[in-house]
Amino acid sequence: MSRESGTRGLGTHLPGAGSSGRPSGLTVLAVLIAIVLVAPLGWLFVEVFDLGPRALELTVDPRTIEILLRSIGLVAVVTVASVLVGVPIALLTARTDLPFARLFTVLAALPLAIPSYLGALAVLSAFGTGGILTGVLAPIGIEQIPEISGFAGAAIVLTLYTYPYVLLTTRASLLSLDTSLLEAARTLDAGRLESFRRVTLPQIAPGIAAGALLVALYTLADFGTPNFMGVEVFTQAIYARYNNYMGPYAALLSLQLLGVTAALLYLESQIGADDEGAYSSRGSGGGAVIELGAWRYVAVLVPAAVALLAVALPVIVFALWLSGDAGGYRTGGLAFSWAYGWNSVYLALLAAGASLLVALPIAVAAARGRSRLARLADRLSYVGYATPGVVLAIALLLASLHGLPKSMTELVYRTLPLLVFAYVVRFVPQAIGAIRASTMQVDHKLIEAARTLGRTRLGAFRAVMLPLIAPGIATGAALVFLTTMKELPITQMMRPFSFDHTLVTYIWRVREAGLYGRAAVPALALIVISGLSMAVILAQEGSNT
Amino acid sequence: MTISQLPTETTDNRTDEQALAEPTHSDAILELDGVTRRFGPETAVDDLSLTVQDGELLTLLGPSGCGKTTTLRLLAGLDEPDDGTIQVDGDVVAGGDTFRPPEERDVGLVFQEFALFPHLTVGENVAFGIKDRSDDAIDERVGDLLELVGLGDYREASPEDLSGGQRQRVALARSLAPEPAVLLLDEPFSNLDVGLREEMRREVRQIIKETGVTAVSVTHDQEEALSISDRVAVIDDGHVEQIGRPEVVFQQPESRFVAEFLGQAGFVSGTFAEGCVETPLGCLDADRIEGLDTEYEGAAVDVLVRPDDIRAVPADPAGTNGRIVDRQYTGPSFVYTVELDSGALVHCEHNHAEELGMDKRVRVRLATDHPLAWFPAE
Repeated sequence: MSRESGTRGLGTHLPGAGSSGRPSGLTVLAVLIAIVLVAPLGWLFVEVFDLGPRALELTVDPRTIEILLRSIGLVAVVTVASVLVGVPIALLTARTDLPFARLFTVLAALPLAIPSYLGALAVLSAFGTGGILTGVLAPIGIEQIPEISGFAGAAIVLTLYTYPYVLLTTRASLLSLDTSLLEAARTLDAGRLESFRRVTLPQIAPGIAAGALLVALYTLADFGTPNFMGVEVFTQAIYARYNNYMGPYAALLSLQLLGVTAALLYLESQIGADDEGAYSSRGSGGGAVIELGAWRYVAVLVPAAVALLAVALPVIVFALWLSGDAGGYRTGGLAFSWAYGWNSVYLALLAAGASLLVALPIAVAAARGRSRLARLADRLSYVGYATPGVVLAIALLLASLHGLPKSMTELVYRTLPLLVFAYVVRFVPQAIGAIRASTMQVDHKLIEAARTLGRTRLGAFRAVMLPLIAPGIATGAALVFLTTMKELPITQMMRPFSFDHTLVTYIWRVREAGLYGRAAVPALALIVISGLSMAVILAQEGSNT
Repeated sequence: MTISQLPTETTDNRTDEQALAEPTHSDAILELDGVTRRFGPETAVDDLSLTVQDGELLTLLGPSGCGKTTTLRLLAGLDEPDDGTIQVDGDVVAGGDTFRPPEERDVGLVFQEFALFPHLTVGENVAFGIKDRSDDAIDERVGDLLELVGLGDYREASPEDLSGGQRQRVALARSLAPEPAVLLLDEPFSNLDVGLREEMRREVRQIIKETGVTAVSVTHDQEEALSISDRVAVIDDGHVEQIGRPEVVFQQPESRFVAEFLGQAGFVSGTFAEGCVETPLGCLDADRIEGLDTEYEGAAVDVLVRPDDIRAVPADPAGTNGRIVDRQYTGPSFVYTVELDSGALVHCEHNHAEELGMDKRVRVRLATDHPLAWFPAE
């Protein structure tokens, strides 16, 4: 009784919840910021509009359609393959007595943190005639190793580095699945397979779909892998047109790519795989464990093999480069300098700092206010996250070239502030998510208590809210920092003329020059950074549950 | 013999009570006048007016959703009334064009879940609201307050390491620290174990009285309201049903709602004729019924009988007037529900040793000498 009235108590009518229809200053600020973040994308429409009737001709041009079909084809292949790899591993780690299940879960999820373009580099370098693997395997008589490149190469690499999305979401739904349902099915005389098909599968389907969608979005937006593998998908076509001074055509392709992205997102909303079902893991995973017997030592090879290919291969390849076994490490110009590392850190710090300034008002407004406006700000900010980096870069560059008076262009086009702005647009949702999550955990009554003890709104925020959400702020900043370090297309396309290489642009440059081996140090550094971002995500999830 | 935990109301201090119920403005610390708060179509607080005297402990008592917590939030400045005025110590803090935010009101609030800041120590929590004092003075004040609530040794502890009762005490000390003109308490005991509640009620009342602060508490627990308050305001549907001293509100409810909300209530119906009300319990003398005089001659009335007012006793079949349909054993006593032959249900409280079987026919009779309340028959 007292419990019930407790929940009805002070929490029933949140102040400033916008129920009175009066948006707070914070909410208005949040919406304004979100609009500024998203507005530059609108420039793409202006560019395409300038094309006039050419826009339609270009849209139905066979080359454009080929790009569209190839992109969709790659997305389809990678998505299906990721489901085929991710779901069995999820079942193995969540539902069977696999030895070291926890370790293998982390290992199998690790590829997610490594940018796929590093994997592409490693695979290109390892396979094929004259590849590193031939050197290793020649002594045991294997001399012919097929080259992995092109469409198939891109599909394999993308699958290796994105299937963990499916693994993680599926695993989460498996763990939250009420196992007594399975027991019920068994008592109703359904066999193991039948109860899997009729009970488990329908319940984890939203989780699988959610993971598959993330895979599709990543594949659609990825820039580095198709570039290294030489597959002309949207991101490559956009980049190539832009570099050939066909800005409006690049803008048109960008809008098409955004259209496909929006269609995928719409699909997700229809599937209704909301946070509740797909990602949470509250149910008891106990019981209903399938005993594999001696087979479990065979089964363990599945996640082990995938982890070996996706994680160990690049590490080994880059280490071999470092030891000088591969071409180019010691020859020619383009020597690596640690200053590039500092450049990366410098940019990432700027991006993280700026993201916090942007994220705080939006996250706090979204967590505190329940008004439609606050939600709008939150949603809007995610547009940048869903926008492929190459599209964002093109929009900002074209807008600063064509949309500003000449005198202004110089102050904006390919400058440090514009680059940092692009990072913020792209990555700020990570900070918003982390801060919002920790803000929601702060009991609003603590703020009210501070108010009744004589603190102003701002004073209460400083004295109570800020110290309590500090961990969320730190996590958000770390995520933006780490992803900025790894970002390829934005950094490559928007780097200021006067700004020297970063780790990523240096890798890009030496690959263009064919001096793979030079990339050893920065690539290994990026793998370490990837491991760190995985650790941050895991720590965050640990503290949220 | 009545089993009443309450001091018995006697007629001679009623004038006293009336003086309290209609307070003079000079001593009023808190005044609400026509306060109204709507949430969409729902009116949570409806034209509510009341006055709290200096040093008084008033409890707003009512069921969930009656508007009492909203009233508290309006007093604290955490919510703004749509209509009416609120005055603290003679200053309008809400009403007309005035709205003072919580930090500009001389009002403290003890939260239901205590809302102690988890990132601060007990001492820092208590010091949080103290302003404009030297560090030494703050130190001293925190020490005094922790002593007052019996937690002198816990200054450096984290709130998370404290028991429920200790947290409550810290919350109380924290709210008292800035010396507010009015202290508000939101369901202050609902988060405590039942066993602890009674002890804390006594202690909290004692601390409040010791500091002399004016306090308004809110609860849905009638026992709590009756035991800690100087006055109780029973709230229903956003307005005050009745306000007065606990024993008066309990024994002389002015409405059926108040009668039924405060303790178990049974009603026996009858017609008032020739100086007594003819009820299933016999003819009840008019002078035993509060305020029933000859002007109501011939009226059909319902007389309120509480469990401690009546007894069920075994009797000859001819002498019985009801049948036991339910019984509740509470440890120290039995409460029997008796269905009278008239169909009315009444509750009788008995010593735990007096055991009567289910379905047993009994005779219910009046067993009190205090005046009973009545309502016009429905």
